[in-house]
Amino acid sequence: MAIREGEVQEFTLEQLKHLVSERALRGETILLNMGPQHPSTHGVLRLLVELDGETIVSVVPDIGYLHTGIEKHCESKTYTKIIPLTDRIDYLSPMSNNLAYVMAVEKLMGVEVPLRAQYIRVILTELQRIASHLVWLGTHALDIAAMSVFLYCFREREMILDIFEMVSGQRMMVSYFRVGGLWRDVPEGFEDAVRAFLKLMPSRINEYERLLKRNPLWLQRTKGVGVISPEDAIAWGVTGPSLRGSGVNYDVRKAQPYSSYDHFEFDVPLGENGDVYDRFMVRIEEMRQSLRIIDQALRRLPKGPYITPDRKVTPPPKEELAWSMEALIHHFKFWTEGFSPPPGEVYHAVESPRGEFGVYINSDGSPKPRRVHFRAPSFVNLQALPIMAKGCLVADLVAIIGSIDIVLGEVDR
Amino acid sequence: MSIQEVVEAVRTRFGEALQEVIEFRGETTLVVRRESLVDLCRFLRDDPACRFNFLSDLCAVDYWPERPRFAVNYHLYSLPHNLRLRVKVFLEEEDPVVPTVTGIWPTANWHEREVYDLFGIRFEGHPDLRRILLPEDWEGHPLRRDHPLVVEPVQFSFNWREIDSRKPYVRE
Repeated sequence: MAIREGEVQEFTLEQLKHLVSERALRGETILLNMGPQHPSTHGVLRLLVELDGETIVSVVPDIGYLHTGIEKHCESKTYTKIIPLTDRIDYLSPMSNNLAYVMAVEKLMGVEVPLRAQYIRVILTELQRIASHLVWLGTHALDIAAMSVFLYCFREREMILDIFEMVSGQRMMVSYFRVGGLWRDVPEGFEDAVRAFLKLMPSRINEYERLLKRNPLWLQRTKGVGVISPEDAIAWGVTGPSLRGSGVNYDVRKAQPYSSYDHFEFDVPLGENGDVYDRFMVRIEEMRQSLRIIDQALRRLPKGPYITPDRKVTPPPKEELAWSMEALIHHFKFWTEGFSPPPGEVYHAVESPRGEFGVYINSDGSPKPRRVHFRAPSFVNLQALPIMAKGCLVADLVAIIGSIDIVLGEVDR
Repeated sequence: MSIQEVVEAVRTRFGEALQEVIEFRGETTLVVRRESLVDLCRFLRDDPACRFNFLSDLCAVDYWPERPRFAVNYHLYSLPHNLRLRVKVFLEEEDPVVPTVTGIWPTANWHEREVYDLFGIRFEGHPDLRRILLPEDWEGHPLRRDHPLVVEPVQFSFNWREIDSRKPYVRE
C-alpha cells in the first residue's frame, strides 16, 4: 500500500532482523531512532542505533531524505547545462564538483585547457577546500559544545565567499568553471583579495588550533574515539581526510595529478590512530597546505587565455557575432543544441574536501549524455560509520558523524 | 607495473571469459562474462601483479533500446601500483542479475543497493538488498531510460481534495 503525505511508515522487528543483533530481538538492547531532524546529523540523516546501556552495539544509517534525482536530470540536459546541477550535489564545495565534471567532459572531448585557467581552477578549488573545512570545523566543534570556534570559522569563510562572488557573481552556487576553461577571466582586484586572505589566514588557523588542541574537554571527546583501522578504511572505500586520518597516504592530487597540481609543492598530512582527533588534525593541516598551494599558484599565475580557443566546446567571442554570420550560427547552435562528444565512457576523479569525487560519463554521441554518475565521497564514507561507532558511547556518535564530514546533499544526490 | 601487464595477466588467466578490452582516452575497460566476474575480481584484488584493493565506484548504465540493455561498471583503483581499471559486465533485460562483490570489497554494499534501487538490477548473495535512496513502496526504477522524468506533476496548491483528486492511488 502506498503511503500518503503525513503518514509514518512503521517497521516491524521482523524487517529489521538482519540489521541488528540477536539480543535486540530478545529485548536485551534498546533500539533508538536518531534523526532525521537532528541538529548534529548535519542535514537529514536518520540512524537506527542499537544500545546496550550507553554503549553502541550497531548503527544502521537510513538515507535518501534529500534525494533530488540529479543523475536522472543530467540525462535530459546538454553537457554545458549540467554544470549548475553539479553545484547542488555537495553544496559546500561547488568548485570541486564543477572541476570534476568539466574535467570529465574535457577528457571525453579531448580538450586541452590553457595553463592560466588551470592555475585559477587550482586557486579556487583550494579556497573552496578551506571554506568547506571551516564549515566542518565550526559545526564539528559546535556539536562537541565549543561554541566560539563556530563564529570565528564563519567569519573567515565570509572572505572566501566574497572572493567567489567577485569572480562568479555567486557566493555558493558558483558554476564558474566551463568545459575548456572558465566562464570569464578573474576580475581586477582578485589577486589582492586572495593575497589579503593568505596574509590573514595562517594566524587564524593557529588560533583555531590553539582553541581546541589544548582544551582537555576537546581531547577527551575526540582522542581514541571512532577508531577505524587502515585496512578497514580501504576495504570500505573511505577517502579523503577520513582515510588519511588512519595513516593511508592516498590523495588524488598527489597520486594522479590533474589540473597541474604536479607544479606545486605540498605535503599530504597523515594521522596515526584513525580516531576523531587525527581526522581533526589532518583537516587543520590540510588548510595550511592549501594556503601553500594558493600562494605558489598566485605567484606563478601565467598570462594568457582563460578558455580554450577550441570552438567545439566554447562559444565564439561576443564581438565576432557582429560581423560574422558563421559565428552567429555557431553561437546559436552551441547554446541550443550543444556539442556532441564521441561515443564512449570516462571516469575522472578529483580530491574534493571530503575525498575522491568521481564523475562517470557515458556518451552515446548525442549532445546529451546517456548516463552521468557521481561518485560521492560522503556516500561512501558514511558507510563506514557503523564500524567507527561500534563500542563507543552514544554521546560519541555525534562527534564521529562530525568527524566524517558528510554533506547530505551529496549522500543522497 | 603497467596496465598492459595487468591486462595480459588477466588474459592468460581467464582467456575466453574476457570478452573485450577497450582503450578509450587513456582508460582501460575489461568486458567480462557474468559467470567469471567474482573470480576475476578476486584475482584482481589478490594477485600481486594487480592488487586492485580499492573499489572506487560501482555504477550501472542503461543502454535502452540497445541490447544487451544493462551494464554494470566497477571502477577499481590499485593503491600500491597507482592504476585505475574499469571492469564491465553486460546484462540482458530479461535477466538483470549479477553476483555481488561485497565479499571482495565491503564498500560495494551501498553501491549495489543504489543500483538495485535505481535500475532494478539484482545482486545475488547481497547481504541486505533493500532500496536505499527511494522509499520502500516506490514503484519502478527511475534511472531506467524508459522511466519518465516527470511521474507526478508538482501540485501548486494546498487544497488537499484537489491534490488527492489528481493522484491515481487515492482513486483506487
